[in-house]
Formats: sequence, structure tokens, C-alpha cells
Amino acid sequence: MRPFPPVAPSPRHPVGTLLGVNVSQAQQKVATRDAYGDALVSLGKKRNDVVVLDADLSGSTKTGKFAKAFPERFFNIGIAEQDMIGTAAGLSIAGKLPFASTFAVFATGRAWEQVRQSVCYPNLNVKIVASHAGITVGEDGGSHQSVEDIALMRVLPNMTVIVPADGPETLQAIEAVAEYKGPCYVRVGRNKVPTLFGEDYKFKIGKAHVFNEGRDAAIIAAGLMVAEAIKARDILKNEGIDAGVINMSTIKPIDADAVIAAAKRCGAIVTAEEHSIIGGLGGAVAEVLAESSPVPMVRIGVKDTFGTSGDQEGLLKHYGMSAQDIAAAVKEVMRKKSK
Amino acid sequence: MAVTEDQLKALKDKARRVRIDILKMLTDCGSGHTGGSLSSADIATALYFYKMKYDAKKPNWKGRDHFILSKGHAAPLLYTVLAHAGFIEHAELCTLRKLGSRLQGHPDSKYLPGVEISTGSLGQGLSVANGIALGHKLDKTTNRVYALLGDGELQEGQVWEAAITAAHYKLDNLCAFVDNNGLQIDGPIAKVMGVEPITDKWRAFGWEVLDIDGHDMAKIVAALDRAETVKGKPTMIVCRTVKGKGSKVFEGKVEFHGTTPSKDELEIALKELSEETVCK
Repeated sequence: MRPFPPVAPSPRHPVGTLLGVNVSQAQQKVATRDAYGDALVSLGKKRNDVVVLDADLSGSTKTGKFAKAFPERFFNIGIAEQDMIGTAAGLSIAGKLPFASTFAVFATGRAWEQVRQSVCYPNLNVKIVASHAGITVGEDGGSHQSVEDIALMRVLPNMTVIVPADGPETLQAIEAVAEYKGPCYVRVGRNKVPTLFGEDYKFKIGKAHVFNEGRDAAIIAAGLMVAEAIKARDILKNEGIDAGVINMSTIKPIDADAVIAAAKRCGAIVTAEEHSIIGGLGGAVAEVLAESSPVPMVRIGVKDTFGTSGDQEGLLKHYGMSAQDIAAAVKEVMRKKSK
Repeated sequence: MAVTEDQLKALKDKARRVRIDILKMLTDCGSGHTGGSLSSADIATALYFYKMKYDAKKPNWKGRDHFILSKGHAAPLLYTVLAHAGFIEHAELCTLRKLGSRLQGHPDSKYLPGVEISTGSLGQGLSVANGIALGHKLDKTTNRVYALLGDGELQEGQVWEAAITAAHYKLDNLCAFVDNNGLQIDGPIAKVMGVEPITDKWRAFGWEVLDIDGHDMAKIVAALDRAETVKGKPTMIVCRTVKGKGSKVFEGKVEFHGTTPSKDELEIALKELSEETVCK
């Protein structure tokens, strides 16, 4: 892995917020699924109503950490995702706070209608935290690479959709969804990602984090693409282009104010997500822009196709989602703006 | 605790009145599921007026037993027993399926207290029942969980996932019913997609299985008592029923799965249902 380039602090945000980006990346990379596993254990210690369900992937989703700490509160449902979601709904009726986990493609695809009928429709307090989202699942290939899950969850009424960018944000997001009453979908990834947030960062559901505002264009990103967006910003900086970076970790409800402010400020938007460009972050941002503040935009993501086997770096390049691609998209959107 | 003759008589009469109310509300509404509401009426009556613990004034009372209507299209039955049990006023029954009503076409727990969970999409209720039962096991509470499934519903794969889970976690605080009326929308189940042998299947999945006449109140009540004594596994009560039970107008007629009686048909049925009491 290439070292993560340092980022200068923005005038708007205190240096502390960006500390994580400045430190050596070797010790500062955590997979968001690992952070999820740790968050569950700490939550389990604080609250005895927390129960966790998995569908035979507890080693991968890291719910195994909770299972080890609280075996009586962990329910392996076997390879039966639909049943797992229904069981989670039942546990919430019995007064528990259920977290149900499996790979994103199964949690949201295989069990979509169970999430709709048994969780969102009755508006139950069920948390679905799905791992191995996006193409960077890598070698397992397209069958396992979920590029539709954000769209599938976002369309459901009552559902909150969160895509944390790094380990610390994942920890806070899990605590936040535990406090929040209602269905939540949290998307975490398989691979280690650079730590972007320091201890002073405060995650809030529905609130975007502006790393730097930018002047020429704003990159609105989620998940591991936030790190790629920061890399892109620094590439552009060397070329005299001032691109802003916004971490839109809550995709629903989207922080429309942040999107509109960025559009008004920069007049051009690039979205970057490890998901189909249809229906996910790009779709959500486009909806806000089209209705409230139309400006040119370019969507970086998987372009209406399925994934394929490969390594993370190769895949990001293959699908046009690397930092270089984001930088090129910024230039493209700036050209659109000047027309 | 043996049920008395008087209790049985009262339960049978309650089931008759439940059927009358179901038919009245469906006729008034003009849409809804007649056949499967009537076929399950004796089961639901036994649950709400013989076995289950609940407080109609406090629908979320922690000590309550839970009922999941997995075959959510039998909503008119659920609403009627909830009215008879005091959860809602009888007058509200005539709002069925109307705009703004809490009595949605299929039960919706968002609106109507007493409905444990919204159902309507078949195959999901048993999983939910499992989750509630697991929660009570965890809390070491004695609440019981009941679920009512249709026989056509057994065609849904999730039912069998839930069947495995309930046995795996030894959910002896769970008791489910299959309303085996033998008909689904497109015709006889045996013709559309056969699900027999139902009892063998559930036994093979590790359940205690009882096979009874689902219109014999004494047998339903006895099966409910028996289910409470089963340890280490869930109980499935397979109820052999007649779709549209209560009047010759509807009995065994697949066309009354999702249609409602005309005024004339209602009149005939009400006459039959009233006569039934006179005879017994």
C-alpha cells in the first residue's frame, strides 16, 4: 500500500480534526468492520439490551468479537438472512436492541423485502450493519461485491443510511444508531482504511463533515472514497485547483444544507462512492441539487455494472474510482461549469 | 386445568359472533379476505378468550403473551377479536380499509395497538415470533408467543428457515398454528404447489406436532394446554379447517379467498350463523 499523503489543515476546521490524516498511516489504518466489532463489545458492556445476530459470517463481519464477550446475547441464525432479519424484528418487539450483520449484498439484497415488511414498515428499532460492502471486497468477485445496497436501503421509508469513512467514525456511528430509535443501516468495509478523524471529531446522524470548503469544486464522498477524495484534492492542489472535500457519512437523511452550501460556494460537485452511481450517494446528492441548487455534477462510482475479482487498488483503477479519476472528474466538472 | 362445558359453550358462541362481525365488516367494506378469516376464527377465539394473557387497556404490557398473525390477510379476524377483547371499539370495525383508518388492509402495528407487528407479506411472521421468543428466553420470562400461518404460506422458504431456528434454539415458549384449509388464491394447494405431508415436515424439523380439527373448540383448547407442557422444542398445531367456515355460502369456495360477501350472501350467512346457536 502506498503511504497516505498528508493533508494541510483547513482554516475552517481545527487542526485536531485532521490530525489522523497527518500521522503516519502505518499505525493508523483500521477496517471499519473491525471498528464495528469493537463498538459492539463496548456497547454490550454499557447496555444489556444489546443483542447481535449474524448469518454464519461472524468471523468476517466481526460480530464474533461480541459473540465471544457475550455468548448468551449472540444469535447465529445460520445461512438464512431473511430469517435473521425477521428474528431481529422480533427481538426488538421483546425490548432488545438488535444488531443484525452479514455481508452487505445479503443483508440488503437477499433480505430486502424482510427489511421492508418486518423492519421499516412497522418502524422497529433494528440496526442492520453490513460488512464487505462495495467492490473492495476484492478477490471474491462480483457475486459478493455489493454496489446496490445504499440504493436498496435508501429507498425504504423510515430507514437511516450511514456509511462511515474510517474506524473512529464507525465507532461513533454505532453508538449514535444505538441511541437513535428506528431502523438504521450502517455499511462497513472489509479492508483497512486510513484513519481520518481524531478524537475531537463528533459524528452526528444527518450531519456532513466538511474537511475543507474548496472554491473550484466540492467532492462529496462516503466510505473509503473519502480518503481517495482527500488524495484527489491534494493532487489538484499541486495544479492550483482548490477542491473541497465533504464526508457525507449519513446518506439518508442527507445533509441537504451542506450539499446546497457546497454548490453555492463552488458551483460544481463531484460525488465519490464505492457503489453504483445510480441510487446511492450520487443519486441522493443529484436529487438535492436538481431541486434546490442546480450546478454541474459528475458522479464517481461503479457505472451501472457488476464487480469483478481483483485487488483493491486495481479495482479502484479499473472502475475509474481512484484518486486520479476523482481529480480528473473535478477538472471535468469545472469545464462544465465554465460552459 | 380442564376446560368446563360452560367455557366451551361460551368460546363457541364467541367464535360465532366473531364470524358474524367479520362478515359484516367485510360486506360493508366491499374488499378483503373472507375465506381465510373464517377458517382461522376458532383458533383466534381460543387464543384470545381462553389462553393468552394480555391487557387490552395496556397493549404493550410487558407480561403479555404475543400473537403474530403471519397470514396477515386474515386482518378482519384479528380486528374482530381485538374488538371483542376490548383493544378497540366495535364501531371502529366499520372503518376497515378506509382512508385514515387504523384498520389497514393488512395489519399495521404502527397504527393499531394490539397488533404486534405489521404483516401481509407472507412467510415472515414465524421469524418474528422466534425473535420475541428468544428475547423472553434471554430475560427468563414466562410470556408465550403464538403465531398463525396459512397452509399456502408454507410455500415460502423463510418459513422453513424459521422452523430450523425455532428448533435449534429450543423455543418451547413458542406455539404456532397452520390453518390448513387446503386452498390458496389460485386454487387447491395440492394443485398449485402441494405442501403435504405438513405434519411430517414439522416433525422432521424438530417440532412437537399436533394434528387437530381446527373447528373443534375442545380440541383447540386441549392442544393449547398441551403445548404449554412441551419442553425443549416449539409446538406446531396443524389445524385441519374449512375455508370460509361458518356458512355454506363460502365454505370450500376458493373464490372467497379475496372477495367479500354481497348483501344477499351476508343475509344467508347471518341466518345460518344465528341458527347454529339455536341448534346447539
